Amino acid sequence: MVIDSEKMKSLAEATSREDVVGRSLWADARRRFFRNKAAIFGLVLLVFVSLFAIFGNFVAQWSNEEIDFSVMGMVAEQGGPSLANGHYFGTDDLGRDLFARTVQGTQISLAVGIIGSAIAVVVGTIYGATAGYFGGRIDNIMMRTVDILLAIPYMFVLILLLVMYGRSITMLFVGVGLISWLEMSRIVRGQTLTLKGREYIEAARAIGVPAPVIIRRHILPNLIGVVTVFATLLVPNMILTESFISFLGLGVQEPMTSLGALISEGSGTISYGTLWQLAFPLLFFVLTLFGFFFVGDGLRDALDPKDR
Amino acid sequence: MALLDVKNLSVQFDTPEGNIHAVNGVSFALEQGETLGIVGESGSGKSQLNFALLGLLARNGRTSGQAIFEGQDLLSMSERDLNRIRANRIAMVFQDPMTSLNPYMRISEQMAEVLMLHKGLSKRAAIAESVDMLDAVKIPDAKNRVRLYPHEFSGGMRQRVMIAMSLLCRPDILIADEPTTALDVTVQAQIMELLAELQREFDMATILITHDLGVVAGFCERAIVMYGGRIMEEAPVDPLFESPSHPYTRGLLDAIPRVDEDQDALRAIPGNPPNMTGLPQGCPFAPRCESVMETCWSTAPELVNFAPDRTRACFRPVEEIVA
Amino acid sequence: MPPASTHRKNRMIVYILKRLAIAIPTLLLLIVFSFLLMHAAPGGPFTQERELPAQVLANLNAKYGLDQPLWKQIWNYIWGIVAHFDFGPSFVYKDRTVNEIIAQGFPVTLTYGGVSFVVAVLAGVTLGAVAAVKHNTIIDYFAVGISIGAQVLPNFVMAPILVIVFTLFLGWLPGGGWRFTDPSYWIMPVIALSTSYMASIARIMRSSMLEVLNSNHIRTARAKGLPGHRVIWRHALKPALLPVISYLGPAFVAMITGSVIVDIYFSTGGIGKAFVDSALNRDYAVMMGVTILVGALTILFNLLVDIIYGWIDPKIRY
Repeated sequence: MVIDSEKMKSLAEATSREDVVGRSLWADARRRFFRNKAAIFGLVLLVFVSLFAIFGNFVAQWSNEEIDFSVMGMVAEQGGPSLANGHYFGTDDLGRDLFARTVQGTQISLAVGIIGSAIAVVVGTIYGATAGYFGGRIDNIMMRTVDILLAIPYMFVLILLLVMYGRSITMLFVGVGLISWLEMSRIVRGQTLTLKGREYIEAARAIGVPAPVIIRRHILPNLIGVVTVFATLLVPNMILTESFISFLGLGVQEPMTSLGALISEGSGTISYGTLWQLAFPLLFFVLTLFGFFFVGDGLRDALDPKDR
Repeated sequence: MALLDVKNLSVQFDTPEGNIHAVNGVSFALEQGETLGIVGESGSGKSQLNFALLGLLARNGRTSGQAIFEGQDLLSMSERDLNRIRANRIAMVFQDPMTSLNPYMRISEQMAEVLMLHKGLSKRAAIAESVDMLDAVKIPDAKNRVRLYPHEFSGGMRQRVMIAMSLLCRPDILIADEPTTALDVTVQAQIMELLAELQREFDMATILITHDLGVVAGFCERAIVMYGGRIMEEAPVDPLFESPSHPYTRGLLDAIPRVDEDQDALRAIPGNPPNMTGLPQGCPFAPRCESVMETCWSTAPELVNFAPDRTRACFRPVEEIVA
Repeated sequence: MPPASTHRKNRMIVYILKRLAIAIPTLLLLIVFSFLLMHAAPGGPFTQERELPAQVLANLNAKYGLDQPLWKQIWNYIWGIVAHFDFGPSFVYKDRTVNEIIAQGFPVTLTYGGVSFVVAVLAGVTLGAVAAVKHNTIIDYFAVGISIGAQVLPNFVMAPILVIVFTLFLGWLPGGGWRFTDPSYWIMPVIALSTSYMASIARIMRSSMLEVLNSNHIRTARAKGLPGHRVIWRHALKPALLPVISYLGPAFVAMITGSVIVDIYFSTGGIGKAFVDSALNRDYAVMMGVTILVGALTILFNLLVDIIYGWIDPKIRY
């Protein structure tokens, strides 16, 4: 999945044009967003997936760790999805309830995605706004650093980190957070540079308003559009990263699980005819990705309407 | 017979917000070697009218009516046939020379392809002729500079390149769409002077699209004033300026600041240009018109010939406006 | 005035040198960084479940030079790579060097990775361009549908799905393994690896092509009387490709990363396998070797992309 940088640039331009900044931008955007069928579809998906993650455990008949000994050893024959024995999504290879595990996997994947994206928002915005606002040498050094970091094959380094320092969910957050802010800082910096040239900000600087106040009062509010869109589109990317790691068995550890880990387990057992073990985690994985993707795309098109 | 005879031309765009009626039933004729100005504010439909003639509308645009050029209707012509006329018989100069030239190709390539396509010249011959044309539009050191890319020229020079490119096939009609709007004032004058000179030299009929009445006065023999996609008034330039017969033309002329009169404030036409969504009812200028009458709101006035060579679309008697 | 072209060529060379001046320190930084990571890792490379006798550990450390001062270790490591292209011995396999382990898998990765890359770019560009040219027709909707759908099908999702369909149900393709001489072994790795990037490229290409087709200079080209296909090939394609070209760098990295999955799932035996095996064995030397190699390739590839970009876009300031 890719976040189209050209479209982000176009969005940045659209949301920093002086004539559209202000309340009408958001009012218009809301109207356009709710007229966009794909965006509404994405929103519905997200609501559904969130409800599943939050309330799924109240519906589940089994816990995610409990092994159902009545199906153990005969998972292919008796572990399929069934209402009768309470395994709505069937069981995994050990006889654990797949519904409960999918609920937990979805929780973890959503958490990783949202937290990873949140780290990107905080770090990337502060870093980018600082570089853009102060400009000159500071900007140069800061952005060069980002260039260098972007050239590092981060997935390999991340795996290196996980192997050397032990697998833990904290390490995963650290690793994912380490890279996610880079692109964000670039976008924020570009937007800040544009905004800095605006007359009202030059005026504020001329009368001696301190930099942090200007950044907080005048720059950050105008960054909200770009940052929101980027953060939304970043969530599925973070989920993909986490799933990738978990697929390799380097992510969250048993008994915790994530969608990536479940997909990995499910795909390892397909030759035994237990297709549901892949199908249900995959379904929720795909629904989650689609949800964030459509909402993010819809938000962008709402803020920067163009024929495309 | 007129060189180009436009009859009842309309242009519509389908958009999610509804149909936009950019041009509504415009008719005019262009004679051999004549200079015609089309004046109007942005959004008056003047550019779309001319894009429609050469089939250059955006994808969602539709046309109706006729535009007869040498007995053939440009609007119903196949793309293939139209391609033989574009640049070859009817050429166009666009508003923004920064973006209208291809930034990724050398000037030589962009110019030569026109001659290779329409005149079947070899590339070498085509480039040689392009250089001659660049000389003709007074680009210094054309021989070397033909190898440059557009961004290596200044705005004014770029527009000269654009003009040279449009003249390569010695077209019968040149359509210049706001050729000076994107340029500095001093450069504007030079470009208009160049255009006038070339127009005489090549003896081509020229349609000059502009919002600037001053440019029309200096360049054109006849002018059409457009508003809201309709023609408001059509007349030879001198009488048009002396005795405008339409409230809108009057407003435009009054809005030109004058140095020879004591003026307290700039005089603007009150109100905003019309929203073109949905079929306009009545006269499009009615909401801003000083002389508006009851009928103006419900019916659009027809273009009426009221003096030799002069037509207008207004319910108010001429005498009341001109006086 | 000197002819513009020589002028450009000189500036191009300066530009390339400048890029190299950034690329080389980046690479060195990557080496030092991964070396320090390894050094700081708790336990060190010879930590195993069973505690080794102190003397054995000391001997091992001496053999791999781990008893030397840190700066010396780093220097030896860098010097080995730069001067001899030598990544040192494996920490786990006593008789094999990192070079041997990498050399075994690299040709495989290069083959299916290269094919996947070409497939993703060609298919993506074609799909995106056709969709844009046929904007708002059934072809466009179809292309958009494919590219949106394929975006949520990363390699680790595609791989099992392909195996289910082509190996388990249809029985057409071998479920794994690798033979250079038999392309039926290539098909699933290539599809698994290229699908989501093909989709991304198609999306980028479509939106940039739409933007270009609506631009003023395309209207000029049409006003010249050029036939539609000439307008697209001569005037629209080049500028529309620019955003795709900027995406090639990230796509390349992502595909190398994805090769890890392909190697595991299809047992293709590329460097991804070497990497994962070494990760499971805590063979830091091999992990570092692969990481640095991939980093070097990435940097090289990005340089190449920058040059292509500069070559297409004359406005690029060198």
